[in-house]
Amino acid sequence: MGMNLEQLKPGDLIPESIRPPITRTQLALFAGASGDHNPIHLDDEEARRGGLPGVIGHGMLSMAFLAQLLTDLVPNWQIRAFQARFVGMTKPGDVIACSGEVTARSASKGQTILDLAVIAKTQNDAIVLDGTARIAVPTTRGKLGK
Amino acid sequence: MSYDAFINKEYPPFEIEVERGRLRFFAKATGATNPIYFNDTAARAAGYADIPAPPSFAYCITMDAGQSFNVLEDMDIPLPKAVHGAQGFVFHKTIIAGDVISGRQKITNIFEKKGGVLLFIETLIALKNQDDEPVCDLTSTIIVRNG
Repeated sequence: MGMNLEQLKPGDLIPESIRPPITRTQLALFAGASGDHNPIHLDDEEARRGGLPGVIGHGMLSMAFLAQLLTDLVPNWQIRAFQARFVGMTKPGDVIACSGEVTARSASKGQTILDLAVIAKTQNDAIVLDGTARIAVPTTRGKLGK
Repeated sequence: MSYDAFINKEYPPFEIEVERGRLRFFAKATGATNPIYFNDTAARAAGYADIPAPPSFAYCITMDAGQSFNVLEDMDIPLPKAVHGAQGFVFHKTIIAGDVISGRQKITNIFEKKGGVLLFIETLIALKNQDDEPVCDLTSTIIVRNG
């Protein structure tokens, strides 16, 4: 991780993380792994019966991608909060890009608290998830973070 | 129809054990590459007591416990009319493999928008581990299209 998180300030960007294209195999695996067996993610016919053009990706799969933007920055225990609105759908073949921007910075008990705006969007710039996160970064007192 | 009677309703408590294999499966399905999600030795070397659950996995625990659908069934709302509108997590302690997680769901708010065309249901589930320590609070917004 090349970024010195402690130095980040409002307006700074968290570099975009681009996922491999969503595949039907991934949706099948995610259905099993997440416990969301809704057939609109697995079966085109069922999806069309629900008024969709075909299978769509799980919103929680995109949220797992967006969470990885955070876990690539800090260990899990430094993530204080994470929330997102599901504003767009994904489909097989979509390439999801996750990114963030620092919106606030504060200090608390030897830690720097960073508030982030985070989004996941498709290759067509359609927003899939619009969210926020709060992470804590230990203050290193003059030493650079690892 | 008024759903006011459902506001503050609580559902029965549940308990779910978090298995290593399930966490590996989730990591694979989400394209995770960090070895801490696959190998407990790597997880320990990184400071975790066992393989950690990725942040949004907490939602899967509640889904395994049937919490996504019991509210809709209780309110007699057909599943196809409902979508997951938003999901939030407040983290207290990282969930790891072997944890036995318990919680119960409460409806915190129900309101309409667009003159009743959309119904919003907000729920809260506070999860604790086997040592009674809070691990994660989940807030869900379910949006129901009426008519």
